[in-house]
Amino acid sequence: MTLVETPSIADQPRYDCRDAYVETLAQLAEADHRIVGVVNDSVGSSKLNSFRKAFPDRLINVGIAEQDMVGVASGLANGGRIPFVSAASCFLTGRALEQIKADVAYSNTNVKLCGMSPGVAYGELGPTHHSIEDIAWLRAIAGIRIIVPADPIETAAALRWAAASEGPVFIRVSRMSVPKVYSEDYTFELGKAITVREGNDVTVISNGTVLWRALAAAELLAAEGISARVLSMPTVKPLDTDAVVAAARETAGIVTAEEAVSSGGLGGAVAETVVQHHPARVTILGIPEFAPTGSAGYLLDRYGLSPEGIATAARKLLH
Amino acid sequence: MTLTAEHATLPVLGRLPIHSSRAEQIGHIAEAAKQIRIQDLKLVHHAGAGHIGGDFSAIDILATLYGAVLDISPDTVNDPERDRFILSKGHVAGALYTTLAAFGFLPVEELATFLKPLSALNGHPNRNKVAGVEANTGPLGHGLPIAVGHALSAKLDVSLRRTYVLAGDGELQEGSNWEAMMAASQYQLDRLTVIVDRNRLQQGATTKETNDLDPLPEKAAAFGFAVVEVNGHDHGELLDVLSAVPFRPGKPTFVIAHTHKGHPISFMSNNVAWHHRVPDAAEFQQALRELESPRRELV
Repeated sequence: MTLVETPSIADQPRYDCRDAYVETLAQLAEADHRIVGVVNDSVGSSKLNSFRKAFPDRLINVGIAEQDMVGVASGLANGGRIPFVSAASCFLTGRALEQIKADVAYSNTNVKLCGMSPGVAYGELGPTHHSIEDIAWLRAIAGIRIIVPADPIETAAALRWAAASEGPVFIRVSRMSVPKVYSEDYTFELGKAITVREGNDVTVISNGTVLWRALAAAELLAAEGISARVLSMPTVKPLDTDAVVAAARETAGIVTAEEAVSSGGLGGAVAETVVQHHPARVTILGIPEFAPTGSAGYLLDRYGLSPEGIATAARKLLH
Repeated sequence: MTLTAEHATLPVLGRLPIHSSRAEQIGHIAEAAKQIRIQDLKLVHHAGAGHIGGDFSAIDILATLYGAVLDISPDTVNDPERDRFILSKGHVAGALYTTLAAFGFLPVEELATFLKPLSALNGHPNRNKVAGVEANTGPLGHGLPIAVGHALSAKLDVSLRRTYVLAGDGELQEGSNWEAMMAASQYQLDRLTVIVDRNRLQQGATTKETNDLDPLPEKAAAFGFAVVEVNGHDHGELLDVLSAVPFRPGKPTFVIAHTHKGHPISFMSNNVAWHHRVPDAAEFQQALRELESPRRELV
């Protein structure tokens, strides 16, 4: 007889988080007339066609004009609406950075910025379309909360939280398919890390599309007798300082792994925290350069963000 | 020398009775504009900083809006149905603060804190600190997109509230304005009014020498706006145009207000040096004399 093994996280079905995004946004809009979508011609790439059909007046398409898009969202919020801006993260954050700073964050307007297809999701389209800088750019701006969900459940939960909370939020919405990491009863809590796997030898801190890879890395390490703690850090800002300090204190070191530039993102936030509160060894995995051509999966693997790459970084910390 | 409470002597002007005549309204605006200029002169002189040229360019427009056009008062400053005014040329914050004080939105004594440490009265306005400010502006080209968003919210609400935005002419060199104008036209935001303070001077030179905006009326019309040109220092013309929104049903309105930077001070008017120069003691006294002269030519 053949033993049925518990499948690895890597073998689970995969989901496009944009589907959870549009489904949740429609539910929220159904329940609250204040919610509107704002897009830069990005209806299709945001998968918002069904939303537009259900709420034709409430999907505002300003065309290919990101500065205007974010300013318009700020004005809509001034009028009592709750705008969810939905645009490719590279253009939303890059082209409208000053509007995000002045009209949204500094003005403290109730605008929800949803960066679609972030990281290297647009793999072969090249670095102009990669959005690896978005987190670092926005981390430098006061007053904006940064959330990087890891799966469709967390994407939906973060959206529900954002709709119910007052003030500026940036949420990354992945188009790279990912397995479910969380159970259906998951509730998002701002600024809280989730221990998705207990462990005492070494800690991996991750979020977004890389979190499941971190879990798969922990499976590889467990097979070698290494106990890796995996912390999910969906909120990059404000960071869960306590969880980071505990990891620094209780394990031999920390590996951060994210689909973002390897300076100024989650890794930077963790390193800043560790240095100030409990110095420890930290290895930052991310994308350190303008990437060559290749698919998103290829690029993540290339920069050590594969399960084996993350496991290798963790092993090095132990020696 | 710093501004103190004794320099903040602006009389607070109430709202006119609803059925005031046009002549009464114009008189009210003229008195407000005069008092705002005198107080703003003190503000900039004593603070040792500010943008007095742009302030004086815009004060007749601000006095007209707050004196007789905008459906907003200190009591309705948070009313969802209030009209909105967004100052896109945020560097003339001094003129806006003084106007808000003149109409009772801001305690007159608070003007004495202008630019001082921890004051709510920053060099550029902050909506979270100053009642009556609708948007944190300063970087140019931001006000019009925000105004479009607000006008869209009013349209979604099927509300009659109106949105006014005051932009500098040099500011129109920012592309975000033209993005916003396309959207305003596309969405037929006919309760949105853009007022351009057309003084033809930017920080260091004329707009024509820098990045010419003309033919501005034709450009605005090509972007789908109903275009009106007025003398931006004539309170009657301003009142008539700004009260007549929508100027053309289905179209947003683009008011080109022809103004002079530094108006009406003899040595400041239309002088590019007065973008952010601060009057010294002699200049302050002369400007004050000119403003207080009862026979001062308005235009």
